[in-house]
Amino acid sequence: MAAAAELTLLEKSLGLSKGNKYSAQGERQIPVLQTNNGPSLTGLTTIAAHLVKQANKEYLLGSTAEEKAVVQQWLEYRVTRVDGHSSKDDIHTILKDLNSYLEDKVYLTGYNFTLADILLYYGLHRFIVSIQIVIGSFCAVFRMPFFSLS
Amino acid sequence: MRLFVSEGAPGSLPVLAAAGRAQGRAELLISTVGPEECVVPFLTRPKVPVLQLDSGNYLFSTSAICRYFFLLSGWEQDDLTNQWLEWEATELQPALSAALYYLVVQGKKGEDVLGPVRRALMHIDHSLSRRSCPFLAGETESLADIVLWGALYPLLQDPSYLPEELGALHSWFQTLSSQEPCQRAAETVLKQQGVLALRPYLQKQPQPGSLEGRLISNEPEEEELATLSEEEIAVAVAAWEKGLESLPPLRPQQNPVYSRLRQWNTLYLCGTDEYGTATETKAMEEGLTPQEICDKYHVIHADIYRWFNISFDFFGRTTTPQQTKITQDIFQRLLARGFVLQDTVEQLRCEHCARFLADRFVEGVCPFCGYEEARGDQCDKCGKLINAIELKKPQCKVCRSCPVVKSSQHLFLDLPKLGARVEEWLEKTLPGSDWTPNARFIIRSWLRDGLKPRCITRDLKWGTPVPLEGFEDKVFYVWFDATIGYLSITANYTDQWEKWWKNPEQVNLYQFMAKDNVPFHGIVFPSSALGAEDNYTLVSHLIATEYLNYEDGKFSKSRGVGVFGDMAQDTGIPADIWRFYLLYIRPEGQDSAFSWTDMLFKNNSELLNNLGNFINRAGMFVSKFFGGFVPEMVLTSDDQRLLTHVTLELQHYHQLLEKVRIRDALRSILTISRHGNQYIQVNEPWKRIKGGEADRQRAGTVTGLAVNIAALLSVMLQPYMPTVSATIQAQLQLPPPARSILPTNFLCTLPAGHQIGTVSPLFQKLENDQIESLKQRFSGGQAKASPKTAAGPQQIQALTEEVTKQGNIVRELKAQKADKNQIAAEVAKLLDLKKQLAQAEGKPLETPKGKKKK
Repeated sequence: MAAAAELTLLEKSLGLSKGNKYSAQGERQIPVLQTNNGPSLTGLTTIAAHLVKQANKEYLLGSTAEEKAVVQQWLEYRVTRVDGHSSKDDIHTILKDLNSYLEDKVYLTGYNFTLADILLYYGLHRFIVSIQIVIGSFCAVFRMPFFSLS
Repeated sequence: MRLFVSEGAPGSLPVLAAAGRAQGRAELLISTVGPEECVVPFLTRPKVPVLQLDSGNYLFSTSAICRYFFLLSGWEQDDLTNQWLEWEATELQPALSAALYYLVVQGKKGEDVLGPVRRALMHIDHSLSRRSCPFLAGETESLADIVLWGALYPLLQDPSYLPEELGALHSWFQTLSSQEPCQRAAETVLKQQGVLALRPYLQKQPQPGSLEGRLISNEPEEEELATLSEEEIAVAVAAWEKGLESLPPLRPQQNPVYSRLRQWNTLYLCGTDEYGTATETKAMEEGLTPQEICDKYHVIHADIYRWFNISFDFFGRTTTPQQTKITQDIFQRLLARGFVLQDTVEQLRCEHCARFLADRFVEGVCPFCGYEEARGDQCDKCGKLINAIELKKPQCKVCRSCPVVKSSQHLFLDLPKLGARVEEWLEKTLPGSDWTPNARFIIRSWLRDGLKPRCITRDLKWGTPVPLEGFEDKVFYVWFDATIGYLSITANYTDQWEKWWKNPEQVNLYQFMAKDNVPFHGIVFPSSALGAEDNYTLVSHLIATEYLNYEDGKFSKSRGVGVFGDMAQDTGIPADIWRFYLLYIRPEGQDSAFSWTDMLFKNNSELLNNLGNFINRAGMFVSKFFGGFVPEMVLTSDDQRLLTHVTLELQHYHQLLEKVRIRDALRSILTISRHGNQYIQVNEPWKRIKGGEADRQRAGTVTGLAVNIAALLSVMLQPYMPTVSATIQAQLQLPPPARSILPTNFLCTLPAGHQIGTVSPLFQKLENDQIESLKQRFSGGQAKASPKTAAGPQQIQALTEEVTKQGNIVRELKAQKADKNQIAAEVAKLLDLKKQLAQAEGKPLETPKGKKKK
């Protein structure tokens, strides 16, 4: 879905009542948030992290140094690998890798649900919806206990 | 924790520069691995650098590793750093990877290298100078600086790639490069070799996609082929294999149009509608009787349609005894059932010309705006609709004398009384029918505005006589009896006409017209027919077109703008080409315009390069490579898919034509032809034929399938271009049953072993200068051959009047059966006047044809 829509959805999930207004920038339509008390913020994961802080849910960004780094790693993975790639091979590799990674984990950081899980799920949604036959091989990905977000 | 690095991997730079931050917090071991080694167990593709944490977790993102080191040192995350790192990953990295690849692997230089990254560099410089901070996220160097520096160092360490004008970037970069951790990292990774140290790693990376190409695509949309199901393919292949056997027995008939190709029992009629004022006027102009005029023009019309290859079963006319019989019969029945009213009507009558004047023959002063040349039905200046009797100072346009208002009795069709029946009939007929939207709209508007009684008689001599006492000097109004013309024309073709026209249960009536005729076909005639209560067949599908314009404006016969029926022949462009183009631009949903340049373009691109090219090539290959015999075809699954696609497109064509979507169905033909061309291009039979056994067989299959597609196209093309269709069928020697039946599946009609005839090109290229001169010829009024007497409009007016007067004289003499010599003399005078007039107008003189009796 479009970045602005995704961020609005995130706001709701975070329990933020005030709806922010987003604009889009450049050819790839990168979201921009105009903040009240500071310069504008550009970028999906940047704005998302900001919203988390706004909602006083910073634990969603990780608690330990390791967790924080892991969260950011998968946020980066979402906007570099998952977004903008639609070749069957790319998608297949992504899902395969993720499946492998998640085999011994509940969430991306291990046992704690974080922003990384939310944004990666949003990003993968369009693939999972369009794949019918492949579901069997990616059990781990689909085990992730998310609240319904559609 | 263990850090895995590779020789020449650029990611090592920021990681090593940041590693110093973690010193003291955790023990860091560094291992070197090959560039293709997969360190991370869950990643399919190799990635370096990778940090394996004590917990067993892996960080495989360069930035995330750096971030971890900074977090360990107590650094707090902030929005601005996040923003820089996101930008680095999504905007800078793609550009930078490309630049480094071009530089290191492809040996490019200068702008080829700097080009991709210039914008990114400017962004950094701009941010730095705007914030007037020495570092990206604050007063002291931080995570963002290290990550970006590490990414940029291999490129910017060469001063020729660090633009001087980007001052802020310049100083930021130099500051960082001089710092100890960065220096050490640089030395470790680049080892004095500069950027070339990256070669062993970069060589193993995929070539970066063109950045521009990915963002803006100028590629035309490729036609998406529908995904096929196994079942669809199986059905299509089975039908193909049955071939000619599948065709139903041939019902012998003459001229195929679509419905005949479908083996529906079809009657295709048209004719000239000859009664009315216009005929009387033209007759006067030309010094002939109305009957003579009609005889003359009926033949001209019939010839034109014949030239256009329009295959009517019968092209008739309304001036026949059958017309009188049927019209009077309907009238009597309407009268007997109380659907005819009588009323007095006031009209202008010119005593000098001894006739009542139709609106268009009265001119006067507009009662609303005072315009002096207002016409009898509408004022050209203020546009208001007027009744001729309202004109001030009216004049008979022919003789200029002042007409008088005279009242006369007339008959009216009681449409309001018939309204309920008409609505009931429409309610049954319209839903699910193929009445065009514009026709539906027009009919509904008429009904909504309320039907009014309509006058069905006129004070004229040239028309169907009214069989009622007191109306002997009147005839039926042309639009009452014109639509009855279809019936009488049929009656002149066969005495079984009632099987068509009094048989609504079994007959589907399609009527084709321009939208201005809709009310007469959709309301007036159905009202008459319903009121007559004689089980008449009413129109099932009323097909109305919008208007066809000419180039940037409108057609105008008087101004010589546009190509009119009889002129098309003289252009040297074959009838089938005209047919193709006119059907291609048929104004179905909205007005369209004829354009010479567009016709050239469509002829050259669609007919010559697409359709003609495909059919010709298919046939040529059979001739050249297989001695004129269709070769064996061994279909691969790809061939079967093509076969299925052709079948689906054929079925689409059927669906469209059944709904009378003539324009769209034509495009189906062109789509199949396009697929055919692609098929030949991809399979290259002209190369394969020179190869080994397997290749030659492939060439055979491709050629065979292609020529069968050509055969199918020839039948699909028949309603559009009958002559071209016949030519193709003769060239391919298509078996007779297959020539005039259009199947619903793509069949193999030319099996292996079938012998074809001589193949030659079907179409000719239209050239620019040819089209330009034609465009000039029909643009109206321009100096062509400069007329000997350059006449002003007044002269033309005077000559026109003289011609009319002389025509009157001739007519009267003939009516009085005057002396033959006297008549001849006056006729000669008339012809001379007409010649002068034609010259003055710069138009060619029409040569009157000899009299022909029907």
